[in-house]
Amino acid sequence: MPILEYLSYGFIQRAIIAGAFISVLCSTLGVLLVLRRLSLIGDGLAHVTFGSVAIGLLFRIHPIYISLPIVMASSLGILKLMERARIFGDAAIGILSAIGIAGGVMIASLAGGFNVDLFSYLFGNILSISIQEVYTSIVLSLIVLTVIVFNYHDIFSITFDEEFARASGVNTQKLNTMIVLFTSITVVLTMKVVGIMLTSALLIFPAVTAFQIARSFKNALLMAGAVALASVVIGIFLSLFFNLPTGASIVIVNAVFFSIAFVFKHALRSGHD
Amino acid sequence: MPVKLAGVEKLSYRYNSVEVLSDISFDVMEGDYIGLVGPNGSGKSTLIKLMLGLLVPTAGSVMLFGHPPAEMRYRERIGYLPQKMNFFNPFFPSTVREIVSLGLVSKKKFPKRLEAEDDHKIEQTLEMLHISDLGDKAIGDLSGGQQQRVFIARALVNDPVLLLLDEPTTAIDPETRDNFFELLNGLNREKNVTVVLVTHDTGTIGRYASKLLYIDKQIVFFGGFDEFCMSGDMTNFFGPSSQHLICHRHDPHILTVKSRSKNE
Repeated sequence: MPILEYLSYGFIQRAIIAGAFISVLCSTLGVLLVLRRLSLIGDGLAHVTFGSVAIGLLFRIHPIYISLPIVMASSLGILKLMERARIFGDAAIGILSAIGIAGGVMIASLAGGFNVDLFSYLFGNILSISIQEVYTSIVLSLIVLTVIVFNYHDIFSITFDEEFARASGVNTQKLNTMIVLFTSITVVLTMKVVGIMLTSALLIFPAVTAFQIARSFKNALLMAGAVALASVVIGIFLSLFFNLPTGASIVIVNAVFFSIAFVFKHALRSGHD
Repeated sequence: MPVKLAGVEKLSYRYNSVEVLSDISFDVMEGDYIGLVGPNGSGKSTLIKLMLGLLVPTAGSVMLFGHPPAEMRYRERIGYLPQKMNFFNPFFPSTVREIVSLGLVSKKKFPKRLEAEDDHKIEQTLEMLHISDLGDKAIGDLSGGQQQRVFIARALVNDPVLLLLDEPTTAIDPETRDNFFELLNGLNREKNVTVVLVTHDTGTIGRYASKLLYIDKQIVFFGGFDEFCMSGDMTNFFGPSSQHLICHRHDPHILTVKSRSKNE
């Protein structure tokens, strides 16, 4: 089936539009998180999402509305554990992650075992995204990206050197809170695209791919956005052409982009030597 | 009469019940050039962080430009250079120009945007530190000394009134180090920029600083450099050869600079 014919289907249009917004959002936050060595916060929050989805399914409420407040509260919990309990970020993420999974399994068990719905959230299905979910993705993505653009210099400052940023009068606590809250919103939105299991890939891959080539912070953000966008679009069509799972296809395309960038960087470097 | 830029009053700081600083009191007057020295773990960097409000004292107070650090509105008056090892990620994708521009963030109002005059200021600062040719280079591609000059440029780009520098000459070759100290000296003498500089380089600081603040969890000595040299404490603090190295310079220029003490 030609690409144009695929594009005439509403469910594919919805998948591409929502995927485009969510992927750019993921890549932008991914750059900030990877540079601050918080790459796995996405993974940890995704595990919390698993628990919250189980609650949603148990009470027959759309999981996105249950997950958003729970995952946002958990992200603040990670931040507080790092600040107050003097626990390193990876350990704090591990604690919340374990609670999320354990809670999800217990709730699923209480509800009478795992069912198809919960499984679909684990691996995602962007092709089944509803028009309501598309609107939610667009609005939340635009809000988050706008706030990031308007706070660009402060965010760059805390990402590069938090101590200097504080000495410059940047409200680092507010920005850190903002970034983890945005990450939790993004993780909840991403579960429909690639699923809970692969959420962190959308945050990490575009960023590390961009870091292979980009020499400036601004270019790293732009390149990560371009890689994320291209991965989602190519991944969706690959899954359609070859009848593959869409989420996994998007992640594999991301991995291919990273490999190309990695090889390109080393070829370029050996060319200079 | 010189204005008091910073006042530290009976300052103490504990970390996990370990006393890091105890009962520290001193003033930083406009035009001072203070060498902050002491052995490793003596609390030098902690003192700088307390002065900036990055840490909250256990007891005592700090006033910066007449206000507690947390309430200080005019952050652009301060240039700060943290210890490089504490923050630096060599793989961070950023150009030299981008990093220097961070020094201008404090004076910008929301939404913070860099104007043409800011770009001009960045260029001027890069020129002053002889790194104009590195402006578009990625920070990770530079040598340790070049990177340190970039961070110094970030501290200076805002034309600060008070400079707080934590071991600025780490990883810098001797020639660049001397140039940097000359630059600081020029800013201090010609533009009346106040300098508080943490260093282990006592030989060099002796040439330029008007005052010495020697701490080892508490103040061991604070006063004019000449007073310190003549007190006989020099060899106790810096070893037997220090008297000659730090105080008895043969270079007349250095002697002139050394014996200057603006606020006495």
